[in-house]
Amino acid sequence: MPYFNDVSVGDALPELKKQATTAQLVMYAGASNDYNQIHYDAEVAARAGHKSVIIHGALKNAWLAQLVTDWIGTTGTLAKISVTYRGIDYPNDPITCKGKVTGKRSDEGRNLVDCEIWLENGEGNVTTPGTATVELPTR
Amino acid sequence: MSEDSVITDEMRAAIGVESEPGVWPIELGAIKKFANAIGDSSVLYTDEVAARQSPAGGIIAPPTFLRLLSPGAHKATYKMPYREVLDGGSEYEYFAPIRVGDTITSTVTLVDVFEKPGRLGLMLFRLNETRYVNQFGQLVATQRSTSINYPDQE
Repeated sequence: MPYFNDVSVGDALPELKKQATTAQLVMYAGASNDYNQIHYDAEVAARAGHKSVIIHGALKNAWLAQLVTDWIGTTGTLAKISVTYRGIDYPNDPITCKGKVTGKRSDEGRNLVDCEIWLENGEGNVTTPGTATVELPTR
Repeated sequence: MSEDSVITDEMRAAIGVESEPGVWPIELGAIKKFANAIGDSSVLYTDEVAARQSPAGGIIAPPTFLRLLSPGAHKATYKMPYREVLDGGSEYEYFAPIRVGDTITSTVTLVDVFEKPGRLGLMLFRLNETRYVNQFGQLVATQRSTSINYPDQE
């Protein structure tokens, strides 16, 4: 688990790989109370112009949050996470969440690290860029 | 496909009006089910013994669990011109953890409404801010989210 002292601008976050099945989308629909049919009914998704059902934006947000919390472990704290859904993602596509440190600062006694985070689809295109800020302990 | 603005006076009047509250008791089962659905096996969401030995001091909700804690209905209602909707993005800010046994009250306020032409026609963007407060009156998190509505594609 990283300490503030040991983190440098440019450091890469350990990658997080995900691959959603349609069953996972249904589980997420139930667990998050989001019953928009575009995530589990192929006809509804086709009518909206998609090649298949699509992954919930909020599920991608959850994965990008996990990218950060896996990195900081139980001793760091997620202060802020911002994501933009720029491209649609589909079940069965291999997805990789990535991130890197872009800044370090101290604010009212809190040691904060800013990161750029993003999600790439199987073709390596960034569909979901974002930023995160974490508070880390010091040695 | 019409390119005329669909923003109504009704919609403009809704800006700044806070919704009814949504009140949500936080249950261990819901946290575990959510963590399992997103595929996150962190001990902070699943293992009370390990979580209690961590700085969090016990099981807490995953960051995006907030998604589940919907606010109540908008007080100022307005008609939506389009049925199709996409999630444009989200910004969460966290001030305190959410714990099992907490009761979270959430309210949402429409912050802005604007339009942009796009691939799917003239798209309507709505920016909402949701506030999450626990039973001690402590603001635990905020979310700013963007919803995009667009014309039917037939």
